[in-house]
Amino acid sequence: MAMTRREFIKFTGLGLTASSLGLLGFGAAGVAQAAAVRPFKLTHATETRNTCTYCSVACGILIYSMGDRAKNAVSNIIHIEGDPDHPVNRGTLCPKGSALLDIVHAPTRLKAPRYREPGSAEFKEVSWDFALDRIARLIKDDRDKHFQTTNANGTTVNRWTSVGMLAASASSSETAFLTWKVARSLGMVVFDNQARV
Amino acid sequence: MTNTWQDIRNANVVIVMGGNAAEAHPCGFKWVIEAKIENGAKLIVVDPRFTRTASVADYYAPIRPGTDIAFLSGVMHYLLENDKIQHEYVRSYTNAGLIVREGYEFQDGLFSGYDEKRHGYDRSTWDYEYDEKGFAKSDDTWQNPRCVINLLKQHVSRYTPEMVSRICGTPQDKFLQICELFAGTAAPDKALTSLFALGWTQHTVGAQNIRAMAMVQLLLGNIGVAGGGMNALRGHSNIQGLTDVGLLSNQMPGYMNLPRDVETSFDEYMKTKLFKPLRDGQTSYWQNYRKFFVSFQKSIFGNAATAENNWAYDWLPKLDIPLYDIIKAFEMMNDGQMTGYICQGFNPLQAFPDRGKIRRGLSKLKFLVTMDPLDTETSRFWQDFGPQNPAKPSEIQTEVFQLPTTCFAEENGSLVNSARWLQWHWKAAEAPGIAKSDIWIMTGLFQRLRELYRKEGGAFPDPILNMVWNYTDPREPNPEELAKEMNGRALVDLTDATTGAVTKAGTLLDSFAQLRDDGTTASGCWIFTGSFTEKGNMMARRDATDPREQGIAPNWAWAWPANRRILYNRASADLNGKAWNPKKPVIEWNGTRWVGLDVPDYGPTVKPEDGVGPFIMNAEGMARLFARDMMAEGPFPEHYEPMESPADNVLHPTVSHNPVARVFDGDRNNFGKREDFPYVATTYRLTEHFHFWTKHALINAILQPEEFVEIGEVLAKEKGIAQGGWVKVSSKRGEVICKAYVTKRIKPLTVDGKPTHVIGVPLHWGFTGQARKGYGANTLTPSVGDANTQTPEFKAFLVNVEKTSAPVTA
Amino acid sequence: MSDLQSQDYVRRSATTMTPPMARSHEDQVAKLIDVSRCIGCKACQSACMEWNDLRPEIGHFEGSYENPMDLGPSVWTLMKFNEYENEQGNLEWLIRKDGCMHCEDPGCLKACPAPGAIVQYANGIVDFISDKCIGCGYCVKGCPFDIPRISKTDHKAYKCTLCSDRVTVGLEPACVKACPTGAIMFGSKTDMTHWAGERIEDLKSRGFENAGLYDPPEVQGTHVMYVLHHADRPSLYSGLPDEPRISPVVQAWKGILKPLAVIGIAAAALAGFFHWVTVGPNEVQDEDEAEADRAMREVEEEEKSP
Repeated sequence: MAMTRREFIKFTGLGLTASSLGLLGFGAAGVAQAAAVRPFKLTHATETRNTCTYCSVACGILIYSMGDRAKNAVSNIIHIEGDPDHPVNRGTLCPKGSALLDIVHAPTRLKAPRYREPGSAEFKEVSWDFALDRIARLIKDDRDKHFQTTNANGTTVNRWTSVGMLAASASSSETAFLTWKVARSLGMVVFDNQARV
Repeated sequence: MTNTWQDIRNANVVIVMGGNAAEAHPCGFKWVIEAKIENGAKLIVVDPRFTRTASVADYYAPIRPGTDIAFLSGVMHYLLENDKIQHEYVRSYTNAGLIVREGYEFQDGLFSGYDEKRHGYDRSTWDYEYDEKGFAKSDDTWQNPRCVINLLKQHVSRYTPEMVSRICGTPQDKFLQICELFAGTAAPDKALTSLFALGWTQHTVGAQNIRAMAMVQLLLGNIGVAGGGMNALRGHSNIQGLTDVGLLSNQMPGYMNLPRDVETSFDEYMKTKLFKPLRDGQTSYWQNYRKFFVSFQKSIFGNAATAENNWAYDWLPKLDIPLYDIIKAFEMMNDGQMTGYICQGFNPLQAFPDRGKIRRGLSKLKFLVTMDPLDTETSRFWQDFGPQNPAKPSEIQTEVFQLPTTCFAEENGSLVNSARWLQWHWKAAEAPGIAKSDIWIMTGLFQRLRELYRKEGGAFPDPILNMVWNYTDPREPNPEELAKEMNGRALVDLTDATTGAVTKAGTLLDSFAQLRDDGTTASGCWIFTGSFTEKGNMMARRDATDPREQGIAPNWAWAWPANRRILYNRASADLNGKAWNPKKPVIEWNGTRWVGLDVPDYGPTVKPEDGVGPFIMNAEGMARLFARDMMAEGPFPEHYEPMESPADNVLHPTVSHNPVARVFDGDRNNFGKREDFPYVATTYRLTEHFHFWTKHALINAILQPEEFVEIGEVLAKEKGIAQGGWVKVSSKRGEVICKAYVTKRIKPLTVDGKPTHVIGVPLHWGFTGQARKGYGANTLTPSVGDANTQTPEFKAFLVNVEKTSAPVTA
Repeated sequence: MSDLQSQDYVRRSATTMTPPMARSHEDQVAKLIDVSRCIGCKACQSACMEWNDLRPEIGHFEGSYENPMDLGPSVWTLMKFNEYENEQGNLEWLIRKDGCMHCEDPGCLKACPAPGAIVQYANGIVDFISDKCIGCGYCVKGCPFDIPRISKTDHKAYKCTLCSDRVTVGLEPACVKACPTGAIMFGSKTDMTHWAGERIEDLKSRGFENAGLYDPPEVQGTHVMYVLHHADRPSLYSGLPDEPRISPVVQAWKGILKPLAVIGIAAAALAGFFHWVTVGPNEVQDEDEAEADRAMREVEEEEKSP
């Protein structure tokens, strides 16, 4: 019987002929036993307890990284999920927390200090020493110039208002304390954090 | 938060107003759902938009942005009028019965003492009447018309349901339904919890919004109890910690105030902090201020802080104005008064009001330093990104340093959550490239500066040279060492006056009760004392046991103060020390001491009959329905229209706006008129994004890829705006071109008889990261803040909207 | 490598098999999606993408919170939003997590002509086995819920696996774990059905008199079930089928045609047939044509031989 493909479709569609392919030898029993399920990817990953970096619910998270912390293995974070022991989130995470992996590995994560000269249209990579030496110099020059020891009444005020700082609301309290010490030792008062916005 | 996240499950009624908990705090919101399922709780949402929180609410009512005080004053009016208050609680635990002095009054929108010229109040009449011993007079029978409760009744009497509806646009029946639900929790064994966030703070009357709700909660007897409280859902992972450690222009660690220049000496400074009890026998815990202050100075200046030099009081900078807040900082920048700015993990070009002003300000700096794990807009403010950031690099002379930092996964340390828990976290990997921790960077700067001052001398180097820096690794101090420094130590062998127990010199302290004002103890942040003791790092504790499953896990991490999980918990029990709600006691008096699930917020052996009030930080020992002189705009909250408003203040048209809001002249000229900008706009987060960070994360960029605004169907039809079509939203300060989401979830409100449309402006988009480029909501927002905190008014301002075509990109 | 042994298969596409009977004690699993607790936050979508290493393209805003705009080869679950004004004139925002229902009687598996490309485990999970998939798209037509999607890149069918890799090692699926409000629960089908009953009672007490469980008998029940406040009208929830039916063509293929299998037709030929049924003849790929021709020749030879 000569058939075009189209005719064949009509033919089978009428229910006259069809097949279960297994009976035709396409599906060998052995193949059926091949691995079906994707291997579980965390079996020997290193688990580190941490806290979600976003909001103030402060969900407990488990960070999984490749390697077992052996000397020759460089840890790379491969997965982050909720910590089921945490009394608030009990393992859950929101759409931000569930995607923490993508912020850790964001292509826009910064890897080296960069510097933009006055009037320039681009950044260039610089060394830490260049950046910190230059910033320290700029800070000191301005502080020496604008630091107010006393006010008009002669009261000691020891403040410096011409350089300001915004402190990071996702940094640790330990970082915050050290930052406070540095900023206030300079007499800085234009000093704020993200509490309001 | 006064209570914990899990404690929300104990509530009978949950009100989400001034926030959008399901979207901004989904994992904390689970406890609302838990309350509904396990406790039969009812969820009420009051919001200009039908949010995702509203989608699971039992009751939803719309409200015009910026009118929350009218709504809540209406609730207070309802509760007082219908006698739905918890009498015993209000009588004994609040200042309802204290008598307010003659001279205090409220008329035509102004409280007594207003000074037109300086837009401020002389607050001296906002006080009690005192007896010869200096104690506040009271009338527990509430007969005296000058009792706080009677003045309050009078004050809120104007806020009838009709008036509430006229101002807020909330239908009366919905408003009354909500009043009834609130009223049900006046029963001693029922609790209402309030969950709020920046929806209340970001107004010119932000602090008063919150006060109004706190007063409702006090009238209902819902503060201090399980399932109650005022729960500020804070935004960032450690914004609570940053506030605790005092990284604000006028703050020191542990909520101590940075000196002002009118406090010309340490003694003058201390005079305003004596906190003499205003009623007989009250605790007034701030009386210990001096101990906390001296211990702090010893912590940061060590041996250089001595009794002779007043504990180096003069080494602290002194303020000449109340705040150098962000709005002030950018005003100064625009005036050319600032040379440099350091942005540590902070993106002001996206986050601060009136983006154009921010960009102009940054352009006037000599130098800008950013420290961030991500490539922020701020660090690239000088670069031309087309209409979303039209900059001319050649005209901008600012030197910019973009310093790469580690992120949460790459460092150890503690974060303080919204419930005041200090939780330790551990490093999982190295930072990419040569990125460094903030600790390393700040130390690098400090060491260089110290070296320069050593070599060259210069302006007042003493605090720089004498700052304690005795860390094991002085180049990158270990977070554990810093944590111990904040916890504090004995500097000499200390003998306890009552028990005779000796704490050896060098020992980490267990409690701030051990701190002294003679220089023998050191503590960098007194409220953290007890967090890292000789027993180890209490913040790293991981015992999640929750006795009776009541939402207090006392051995999980550590909570300030003193590991206390529910603030004001003495108020959870009646005058005899028995729980108001016997099914959910927090602490109770057992005849000899206070016992229970939580650490008492009270003297542990103070007898109930001693009459010590439960609000031990207040000099009255009572919660304040009348705030005395603590608030800039008055002792009672009053409805003032937002700076940009579609309506006159129907209560007092001559004083329409907050009379003490600080407005800079340039900003005043940048307010729009309702004729030009007829619609109310409000900004907010979407649940798929976290501020301006997650647009850098691919998954989140996929989940919400592009800038849009939300517009009600009625307005869209009027303006010919199609679903998903392009619109131009403009304010006096700038314009945003983006897509429109035409929705049933925003309905026109009838305000004072006129239809009022609200436009929703999500805030996440900028020009770096993976999501599509956007203008950013702050292109539109006004530069004006709350009169107490200067929190910018992002939640209510005026815009216009027009159909348009896609923006022309560079 | 962890695996579900072949003894755990109860169904296998295009294969006549008698399920192994010895292991008769495995509990069936189920995911219960309680839409009345769902806040539409998309944590499930996020967790699904993260765990399964899926990153679809960044799209556009298209006038809805729905993003991406459709399920896809790398979008295995999707929140769907419907603004619905009820009879009282109150707004209800009906939000539903869409994705594979893991039917007890899976239309995709029935339709699939590639042996072993779709399997069902004893615990009820219906899984696609990519190396067996021929990309014919019959599963798409066979599915009463319009779930599977064919990749334009590798021509394989994809859908939710119910995180079979996690379930195999005793964990709950990634979306279930993440869900902030517990709107997605996971457990034995018995437990989930029981829990649904409690939820429905609560909803009825809150005025949703038509609250009910969606576990459609048309596909002999599903291993992903919904608690709906309006169980009388599932289609309110962004087109959840009121009566999900496996296409009659697929039913015929399994029910009537299969006994005639001895006639013998090659898989690829059937691929052509179903492709025509599902997509229409214009989109037939060249490979399909070639395969079909080859199959035709084989059929012709078969016919000639007796």
